[in-house]
Amino acid sequence: MADDLFKALADPTRRTIIDELAERSGQTLFEICSRLSMKHGFGISRQAVSQHLAVLEAAGLVETRREGRYKFHDLNRAPLRQITERWLVTDARGPEENTP
Amino acid sequence: MKIHLTSVFVDDQTKAERFYTEILGFVKKHDVPVGERDRWLTVVSPEDPDGTELLLEPTGHPAAKTYRDALVQDGIPLAQFAVDDVRAEHERLSGLGVRFTQEPLDMGPVTTAVFDDTCGNLIQIATVPRPAPPA
Repeated sequence: MADDLFKALADPTRRTIIDELAERSGQTLFEICSRLSMKHGFGISRQAVSQHLAVLEAAGLVETRREGRYKFHDLNRAPLRQITERWLVTDARGPEENTP
Repeated sequence: MKIHLTSVFVDDQTKAERFYTEILGFVKKHDVPVGERDRWLTVVSPEDPDGTELLLEPTGHPAAKTYRDALVQDGIPLAQFAVDDVRAEHERLSGLGVRFTQEPLDMGPVTTAVFDDTCGNLIQIATVPRPAPPA
């Protein structure tokens, strides 16, 4: 899971998708594509956006939901907490036993 | 050449006539029986009665459903109508029970929103800034 998360975050287009979903969750593929092209000037095909969304979904950052005939994408912030828990939360019992 | 007529497939022409006139506010221009059940049914904007007509075309062809379902799933609108104020129109239409799949969104100079026409299609409304009057 952690490797998928960092791989997903490594791409600037995917980080922009997360920015936009953070502004408003529950977007159609059309809205995400519109935001990327109109607000950010990304010349990117709908298929490529779908592929980026699939990577984000595999990392647990994006969840899709069907409502009748529509399909919406929601941001799931939970995986991002792993990052804070791994490095930023001070643990009174000391660091994890990462060293041999 | 100019665009005189464009069309959307609708599941039910009677329902479409009601939605496009009573809810959206277009006016009926042509209504001619074609075949047993179908009609040549067009609407126009009351602001431009001699302008582009929208044909509310019956969905007879089996491919139409597949095509429209795939577009709706991805949120892709089939037509765009211009309105003076997308936010005001969003509020008005929401109050009438219209379902939006994209809330009003500022994209540079253009503001858009997308709603379901209840006849199988998504429609985009847009407020496009008017060009400045000539000096």
